[in-house]
Amino acid sequence: MKFLRLIAVNLLRAKRRTTLTVFSIAVALFLFCTLRTVLTSFDAAVRASDAARLVVRHSASLVFPLPLSYRDRLAQVQGVTGVSWANWFGGIYQDPKNQFAQFAIDAPSYLDLYPELLVPEDQKRTFLSERTACLAGRGLVQKYGWKIGQQVPIQGTIYPGEWRFTLRGIYEGKTADVDENTLYFHWKYLNESLPPVRQSQVGIYILRLASPDLATPVSRTVDAMFENNVQPTRTETEKAFQLSFIAMMGNIQLLMSLLGSAIVFAIVLVTLNTMMMAARERIPEIAVLKTLGFSDRLILTLVAGEALLVSLLGGAIGTGIAAIVFRKADFTLGGFIPNFRVLPETVGLGLLLAAVMGILSGIVPAIQAARLEIAGALRKVV
Amino acid sequence: MAIPVAYNLRNLWARKASTTLTALGIALVAWVFIFTLALAGGFEAALRTTGSPDNAIVIRRGGTAELTSILTREEANVIVAQPEVARGSDGAPLASPELVVVININRKTGTPTNVVVRGVSPKALALRPDARIVRGRMFRPGLDEIVVGSLIAERFQSADLGDRLRFSGRTWTVTGILEAKGSSYDSEIWGDAELLMQVFDRPVYQSVTMRLDDRAAFGALRKRLESDPRLSAQVKREDVFYSEQSGTLAALIRTLGLFLAVVMALGAVFGALNTMYAAVASRTKEIGTLLALGFSRGAILASFLFESVVLASFGGLIGCALALPVNGITTGTMNFNNFSEIAFRFQVTPGMLAAGVLFAALMGVVGGFFPARKAATRPIIEALREA
Repeated sequence: MKFLRLIAVNLLRAKRRTTLTVFSIAVALFLFCTLRTVLTSFDAAVRASDAARLVVRHSASLVFPLPLSYRDRLAQVQGVTGVSWANWFGGIYQDPKNQFAQFAIDAPSYLDLYPELLVPEDQKRTFLSERTACLAGRGLVQKYGWKIGQQVPIQGTIYPGEWRFTLRGIYEGKTADVDENTLYFHWKYLNESLPPVRQSQVGIYILRLASPDLATPVSRTVDAMFENNVQPTRTETEKAFQLSFIAMMGNIQLLMSLLGSAIVFAIVLVTLNTMMMAARERIPEIAVLKTLGFSDRLILTLVAGEALLVSLLGGAIGTGIAAIVFRKADFTLGGFIPNFRVLPETVGLGLLLAAVMGILSGIVPAIQAARLEIAGALRKVV
Repeated sequence: MAIPVAYNLRNLWARKASTTLTALGIALVAWVFIFTLALAGGFEAALRTTGSPDNAIVIRRGGTAELTSILTREEANVIVAQPEVARGSDGAPLASPELVVVININRKTGTPTNVVVRGVSPKALALRPDARIVRGRMFRPGLDEIVVGSLIAERFQSADLGDRLRFSGRTWTVTGILEAKGSSYDSEIWGDAELLMQVFDRPVYQSVTMRLDDRAAFGALRKRLESDPRLSAQVKREDVFYSEQSGTLAALIRTLGLFLAVVMALGAVFGALNTMYAAVASRTKEIGTLLALGFSRGAILASFLFESVVLASFGGLIGCALALPVNGITTGTMNFNNFSEIAFRFQVTPGMLAAGVLFAALMGVVGGFFPARKAATRPIIEALREA
């Protein structure tokens, strides 16, 4: 540790170079955090899902509704302790660019099945008692500056017309993974407003199980029960349901990893180059240190330590900026990723990556320095 | 007088390791730049090439995509009967009221994905000159037969010619492969509209597509249909309708890609600055000599800047070479408008490659300017005196 000062002095000698290197590493780590956060944010809904909840949808695809009459039959299945349902509304708030999810829900049962949606008791009571009331996540309310009691007009696309909801409650997620950018309103209101042919249709049913172990048998029972109906069902765990959305996004995961590796690799090359230049310039100095009795091992540590320090500094700046910027800025990627948040794991992984980059770029010049022959190198000094 | 180009090239050659590392760094930046452009371009092309300006498409007013639209049979009859609609050789209107639904089937990898099933009328192919059956034959109305887009056949389980695909409680025989020049029809399954309506228990259409007698008649048709009290319709040119669908996602990919490339370029410029500063520092004596020989400061600035741009452009060219194999790779993503997968091919165009090299050269200019200026403004005596 007493040599930390020596490393620091060495770094400060070429201030401009050190600064440029630190910044290029910071840039790489910033991008790494951004790309990884795209992936982890996609997964947020998967992490927030509960193993004791099942989702029932039409077997053909989510686009087809199920009849409301399934509710009672689902409730009677052994192991099911709660049934709720929701319809995707898909409306537009003011401008098509304002993308956020809206669901028509059977509110009392839904809030019972989703205890992770935290609503203040008085707001919950008003929301439940008012037909045209809606409940919005904290993120949405902040983004659009909504106030409790105000009207929220939504233009329907699947359900035509302009729908006006009164904001009666604001929910928060129990954990950070719970999406806080959704608007919920009463399915009953939606249903009563529709023409008779479109009434009593349900998008998905959600079942609560007595225990997560019952997921497989209950899914089988439910799907067998409706197999020969006009609307057959497909039942899966909430997690599998959410995962299927990510699968539908296609190869995004692969693309992001590919881009991420290219970025990291590019910066390793650039840093390696800088470290090699720095070491080359100091050949005479290193020779002097060796003459003074510094061992090969110590020289190796000093040169590699320098690279490591620069990398870690850059890494800390890059991940730090990412964590702060994405928390402050309302960055939802055009509404595609509502929960864009840098996870602590990402920061940790970023720093680890910075350390690896530092060691990789420092190891070649460090070995060269350690192997330096004193006599030959000293000759250059004169 | 300018300093000979050979001087710069030899200098780059003399510092092989450093030149290679810097060029590779810049190459990767150019690669990311071209890659994301090719991704956005391919996605956009798939939707842009869908549809013709000679066709009009009608969906319900307020709907943003076919999937969320509903047109009753009565509405479809009114629309098809308009005088602007062209007629085929048999005298029937060249129009196809269509049913559009989404089903969940398995990719070859086993993951289930949403795919568009389009129930079409007999005139559907006549309306779309770009779409044709390349293998097999069209389905026969009333039978459990379908034709599938070429990208569906390529990417999904039991979806090739002659295969039997199961959905919605029936087994369908794939009788033909549809190809539509990379448009979104390549990612669709087509069947008989009447039969599919029964099977899906959905007695309504989603859209009507029709050929116009005269391209210019669109305005009149649109005005009449949109003000017809029997209908709740919006009318668009088919090509406009599809390119509007690509808007949000293509813009998103492009923005994200540009953001990545620009930020990454910033990192690479820092690296280039380092390399060029080192190059200048190690050649102080040479610079002094050049000045003493009578080369102007401008010539020295230009020379070092040139060296940096050559280095960066070289990187850009490597980036292009790395990006070329990406061309034509098929990938798929969710088309949020239709809530289904659309497959498309990466499209690396000469324009993108040129943009990549230009982008790299720009990095060279930025990364080379300050070191070059430093080189050019050295006092002669001081420069010559240095070790």
